[in-house]
Amino acid sequence: MLSPKRLVLQIFNYGIFMALVWYFSFAPPYIRLDPDQAMITLSISHAGELVADCRQLSPEELAKLPPNMRLGTSCDRERSPVDLEISLDGDSVFRTTAEPPGLYKDQGVDIYHSIKVPTGTKQMLVKMNDNIRVKGPTFTHEQEITLEPAQLLTIQFSTSTGQFVVK
Amino acid sequence: MNSVNPIKRGYLYLEAWFNYSFGPEWNPLYHLGTLTFFFFWVVLVSGIYLFIFFDTSLGGAYASVEYLTHEQWYLGGVMRSLHRYASDAAIMTILLHMFREFALDRYRGFRWYSWVTGVPTLWFVITLGITGYWLVWDELGLYIAVLSSLLMDALPIVSGSMASNFLEGQLTDRFFTLMGFLHLLGQPVLLVFVLWIHVKRLSHVEISAPRGLAIGSFLALLALSLASPAVSHAPADLRKVPAELNLDWFYLNIYPLLDTLTAGQTWMITIGITFFLMLMPWLPRKKTGEAAKVHLDECNGCGQCAVDCPFDAIRVQARTDNARWEFEVAVDDGLCAACGICVGSCHSSNPFRRSNKSLETGIDMPQFPIDEVRTRTGEALAELQGDDKVLVIGCEHALDVEQFKTQNVAVLNLICTGMMPPTLVEYALKQGADGVFVTGCRKGDCYYRYGNVWMDKRFEGLRKPVLRERADRSRIRVYRAAETDQKKLLKELAGFQRHLADTRPEKTGANRA
Repeated sequence: MLSPKRLVLQIFNYGIFMALVWYFSFAPPYIRLDPDQAMITLSISHAGELVADCRQLSPEELAKLPPNMRLGTSCDRERSPVDLEISLDGDSVFRTTAEPPGLYKDQGVDIYHSIKVPTGTKQMLVKMNDNIRVKGPTFTHEQEITLEPAQLLTIQFSTSTGQFVVK
Repeated sequence: MNSVNPIKRGYLYLEAWFNYSFGPEWNPLYHLGTLTFFFFWVVLVSGIYLFIFFDTSLGGAYASVEYLTHEQWYLGGVMRSLHRYASDAAIMTILLHMFREFALDRYRGFRWYSWVTGVPTLWFVITLGITGYWLVWDELGLYIAVLSSLLMDALPIVSGSMASNFLEGQLTDRFFTLMGFLHLLGQPVLLVFVLWIHVKRLSHVEISAPRGLAIGSFLALLALSLASPAVSHAPADLRKVPAELNLDWFYLNIYPLLDTLTAGQTWMITIGITFFLMLMPWLPRKKTGEAAKVHLDECNGCGQCAVDCPFDAIRVQARTDNARWEFEVAVDDGLCAACGICVGSCHSSNPFRRSNKSLETGIDMPQFPIDEVRTRTGEALAELQGDDKVLVIGCEHALDVEQFKTQNVAVLNLICTGMMPPTLVEYALKQGADGVFVTGCRKGDCYYRYGNVWMDKRFEGLRKPVLRERADRSRIRVYRAAETDQKKLLKELAGFQRHLADTRPEKTGANRA
């Protein structure tokens, strides 16, 4: 039979244990964004241009190949890295260069990145270069944005239209 | 006593406090494993109930949880709260379980396997909790989904961006259903398998918490569930970022790291901690004593040692020596903890046997054979002088009994008190001791799991080999004590000696022999 003293002690111990369980199940709160912050998330899946153009093979080079492999051109599979930069009111807030994955660097890149930014109206400029043979951006997008507190603004790129999609 | 490290000392005081509050039978620190299993049962039963009402679609999940929480608060809400708080309590007991094994140095040597398999078990439980929070599909669920995907994207095995699934217009029910399947079936089944591996090298595995402790824990969970029901955040909104989150720190503590570190760095930290924990048994390594050896000449294959072995290291097999017995036992050296409990189980360990020559038993410890135990007992008793002579028998893993040696107190330190054949007590009394005082690990706890449990049962006549009825119980005292219980043990020993003095034959007219 449980003595009253033990009963009280056990209730006390269970209380301590459950207080710890209760508190750490939700506290202390984690502040992810300040009240005057919003977030821009960049999510791009895009394959850079080929590093080199296809090359016409010489008759000597063709002669060395088996008859069924004698296509007129040779194309390098390697793709360009993708450079991306986001600026707000002229200040760069994010910049990255994504190398194409794969053994032959021949696959598309996936860029996913979130940036905390102050709220308010800003002039946003997104620049992307996906061709190593071109100096400067190959795609740009400029837009005035107004960010509310805790708003999530997403920037994606449509390869089919060649345009950035900002939502 | 001064050699006890502060962590162990602190733990032993905490354990003593719980012994004082709950008694050894219900001490939660002695039942952390079974208590964790109990919390899993609560999680399972409450989870099945929640699943009945849960809508596994993207659009319906949040609403179904809200229905359970608010409209059906009296049952669904309570079940949800029990589900959450029991999950959190399970992490608490797992962490305490790990701390206990560490503080008591029970994670190295022959225990490496349980420790190493325990670490990934913790991660499995945590991932199970993560997918659970995901399914609520509130702001917290979305936060977990996005950051978990970032972690997955950092692994070279995943192509494409999983995180981009959680942008507006991208998410479909299929992905959500996959999570539902993982949480409701895949992960629980895997967890059962991992737990089975964790206890694989143990025998007499207990998975049921003592009834009193289970009832108390459940009532405490229920009280918490009623006092502070679990609630959701606002529904997931793919166009918003939750600014403030009430994270469950038991399960979601890794996610804030992703706001300051890359996913790759977070993986490195997690994997680093995991490997460090898994390597701990070898930092430094602890040597296990030499494994028990079977002497077939003295073994009749009764199998009691195999039944008693807490580490499943002894098996009974067909006789290999053409003796008249049907069976013999064999020891698996890789599993043997060298505790010597098997020696105490063996009927041949009786020290009254072969009194004129070396005592051989069916199964023995090479580092401390039963013959040496008998010899040391005789030598220690021969040195005693005065009245009320006592032999104190202790073990290597509790309070060191050497410090109690005096003119009329002899000591014998065994590997484990479970190693002691009950007849050794009778032997000591026959050899001139007025009393035998047995100590060792605290009641409810044993370095070798069952050494003191089996010994107590043998003394009570409930387990073979039993302490015979004719043994004078008034001259035998069992008092368990850890390293921090020196004063208590001294007091108990003094009381025992006073009792022996009061019952001296010249006072009572009885004949002790």
